[in-house]
Amino acid sequence: MAAASNNQPLLEVRSLRVEFPTRRGTLLAVDDVSFDIAPGEVLGVVGESGAGKSLTGNAIIGLLEPPGRVAGGEIRLEGRRIDNLPYEEMRKVRGARIGAIFQDPLTSLNPLYSVGRQLVETIQTHLPLSASEARTRAIELLKEVGIPGAEMRIDHYPHQFSGGMRQRVVIALALCAGPRLIVADEPTTALDVSIQAQIIALLKRLCREHGTAVMLVTHDMGVIAETADRVAVMYAGRIAEIGPVRDVVKHAKHPYTKGLMGSIPSLGVRSERLTQIDGAMPRLTEIPPGCAFNPRCGARGQRCLVERPDLMAAGTTRAACWLHDRGGVGPAVGKETVDA
Amino acid sequence: MPDGGGSQFVRIAGLKRYFDVSAPWLVRTIERRPRQIVQAVDGIDIEIAKGETFSLVGESGCGKSTVARLVVGLYPPTAGSIEIDGNDMGGRHSAAEMAALRRRMQMIFQDPYASLNPRWRVFDIIAEPIRAFGLAKDKADLEARVGGLLRQVRLNPADGRKYPHEFSGGQRQRISIARALASEPEFLVCDEPTSALDVSVQAQILNLMVDLQRRLQLTYLFISHNLAVVYHISTRVGVMYLGRLVEVAPTETLFTRPKHPYTRMLLDTIPDLDMTGRQRSPVGGEVPSPINPPSGCSFHPRCPFANDRCKSERPKALPIEGGTVACHAIEEGRLPIEDRTYTVGT
Repeated sequence: MAAASNNQPLLEVRSLRVEFPTRRGTLLAVDDVSFDIAPGEVLGVVGESGAGKSLTGNAIIGLLEPPGRVAGGEIRLEGRRIDNLPYEEMRKVRGARIGAIFQDPLTSLNPLYSVGRQLVETIQTHLPLSASEARTRAIELLKEVGIPGAEMRIDHYPHQFSGGMRQRVVIALALCAGPRLIVADEPTTALDVSIQAQIIALLKRLCREHGTAVMLVTHDMGVIAETADRVAVMYAGRIAEIGPVRDVVKHAKHPYTKGLMGSIPSLGVRSERLTQIDGAMPRLTEIPPGCAFNPRCGARGQRCLVERPDLMAAGTTRAACWLHDRGGVGPAVGKETVDA
Repeated sequence: MPDGGGSQFVRIAGLKRYFDVSAPWLVRTIERRPRQIVQAVDGIDIEIAKGETFSLVGESGCGKSTVARLVVGLYPPTAGSIEIDGNDMGGRHSAAEMAALRRRMQMIFQDPYASLNPRWRVFDIIAEPIRAFGLAKDKADLEARVGGLLRQVRLNPADGRKYPHEFSGGQRQRISIARALASEPEFLVCDEPTSALDVSVQAQILNLMVDLQRRLQLTYLFISHNLAVVYHISTRVGVMYLGRLVEVAPTETLFTRPKHPYTRMLLDTIPDLDMTGRQRSPVGGEVPSPINPPSGCSFHPRCPFANDRCKSERPKALPIEGGTVACHAIEEGRLPIEDRTYTVGT
């Protein structure tokens, strides 16, 4: 939204592959994923559990759990390649250039240190400030994220904060060195709806004020719809559709995105039944040949069974579906009766 | 409270459940600390007609799951009564009478990973209620019943030989539903049955629950924090806050003419797909601790319409537009009731 299209993107991900070597062979959890994030832009990444959205986020911040590893592709931040940096180099990028917010605020804070100590430590790691300057900045940050009585609360421990307040502290931690990009992995999933609204509003405001770009990973389409500028829908380790959020939500081009939007109960339309996509996402060991969505797709043709579609222009979005190719899907093949 | 005469299938009156969370006696004595009591459920009246879906919504810690557990008898109530089809659950019953009563109600839990025994085959999991209540005549009858139940939840009868870990989350929730249906109940208590599932799977389970309700004339008590799901599935909705019901209304009325300020706040916070580009108005504050709930109306610290009366006097549930609402501002007419419309997606 903020950036002009001729600017260099802040983050470039090209043909990213993340794999897990296992005894029974290598599992490809993220397969050939490419996208850009412009400075100040909010990119939403949605998908069901196991679609590879969190792994994509973790690969960007360089925190893939072994044995998971980046097996191919490139990640560039401000033009500089970061996926092959040595561990110590990456530590300097992480926190200073990329901030991270995780789902559970209790596990991302150290329970043995006061929040002030954690903030001061992070600030001093990345910025040349004295202890008292860092503390002043920490108090400012806590005020900025809306913690009442910040001067007193700074010496409290994580367990003395409620879930919503803890997530505010985590946001302060992520912002403390002034990063250009924040990777937020399910930042509101553990919170109640009323708190979720507060946190989303806060995140939006802070990123607008600081010009920070956000990669917002979540399964909650509602959060994406009101927060993101663009959205990438992931399915079985690949991007199924990517485009401006309004177009993807309202005029989805990929059959999976259409089904996903239909299956979300919404207010105002009370139908007898929700649209349902039969079956479930395939396990990584059982990804079908051709388009990974083909067994559940109502529009599949012969071509979908054998040839894997890449992202292609589909109106205002880009979708990985042969329906939008000049060649089409080929002769129709009925949907498999997948055992749901 | 709407009085349905004898037609109400489930009747809950003045239900209370307190939990003692005090420190041990010795520590209390030495440190001169008082007892601490959590008023998890603090006086609730609900009536559910046969074949209806009554939903309870609220944020974490409001006591909705405790209500579910009280209703099926997993906790004894501190006070109040629960009547199922005219039978008082707290009354004196012989073991046989109690078993007959228990057979008619079952529960579906939130986490399909924790609610199935990982060491039992699916067949035995589903057969357990049938065996426990002695419903099957012989082995062939048992097998036929389990097979039928699996088919009813759109699984394959051959799946009975497998173990729970071989199934996905949505399939496991189907197994839970099949088990709940095994004793041929009339009343199902569903505690967040779809919260642990992905949206597309959630749609499958909700559709299945609606189909089963119609086919078997089931009555549901549905517990959820997801208002959109509640809107979709319920006949009537009760909104809970800190152990009390603040508003009860038919679904359409609750969503189009919400009355209690807390209900309005909850509706404001739903992220809706159609709100793209629109700003939600976040409400400040969080749910206070149920150990020391605020005096008067427990919502008053967060309520923009609170006055002195709200701080001191606990509001009573007053009948309004087919439901009830417990709010002084509504009672006094200080707070106008507005119609809400939702943009219907295209």
